[in-house]
Amino acid sequence: MKVKYFAWLRQKVGTSEEDVSPPSDVATVQDLVTWLSAQSARHADAFSEAKVFGAAIDKKVATFATPIAGASEVAFFPPFTGG
Amino acid sequence: MSVRVQREDFDVGAELAALAAGNKRVGAITSFVGLVRDLHVREGYHREAVSAMTLEHYPGMTETALEEIEAEASKRWPLEATLIVHRYGRLEPGDRIVLVAVASPHREAAFEACHFLIDWLKTKAPFWKVEDTPKGEQWVGAHEGDDQAAKKWER
Repeated sequence: MKVKYFAWLRQKVGTSEEDVSPPSDVATVQDLVTWLSAQSARHADAFSEAKVFGAAIDKKVATFATPIAGASEVAFFPPFTGG
Repeated sequence: MSVRVQREDFDVGAELAALAAGNKRVGAITSFVGLVRDLHVREGYHREAVSAMTLEHYPGMTETALEEIEAEASKRWPLEATLIVHRYGRLEPGDRIVLVAVASPHREAAFEACHFLIDWLKTKAPFWKVEDTPKGEQWVGAHEGDDQAAKKWER
């Protein structure tokens, strides 16, 4: 599964994307955040940021409760600030 | 109905002329152009000079999100054509960021749909801005006002 990071999450993690293979008990977006946070101090720091962040699964906005089974790409990002 | 996400600038006059060219049902065209400002007011009072802004987006998701926003506008108002052009990359104060244009038989629909499109775009399309300020790079946070502006269109 590919994980992408945008904006300050990308800067804090230190990469824009990475391939990960979480164990099967990592079932939801929240589980993935918890699992990624245990992978490195940079991940833990990025995800501990008090500001809210959001997620998308295969380029569709997801919630932290959304299952990730079958996902090929999960993205994490701060609130959108376009326009 | 058309969306473009591009690094290059756009010509507002040419885009508006092309929007409804040859379509005799169109009685009104409205547009919104967003520009980079040289000042950012943070938390309502703290002012910071901005020398440049860099826009980042999520290729693939951005286009889909903009198309969904256009589709929603077309469900709500009788529209003949819509256009969203949004730039990314490094921009300086005075540069154009975004163009939203709407063509409709009627002006009320054109005004309302244009307002709706820019309000929803701000909270539903995956763009992020980082500003160069005297204190260094600063990510632009989501504005509560933008959320409230988007909410007024919720059904």
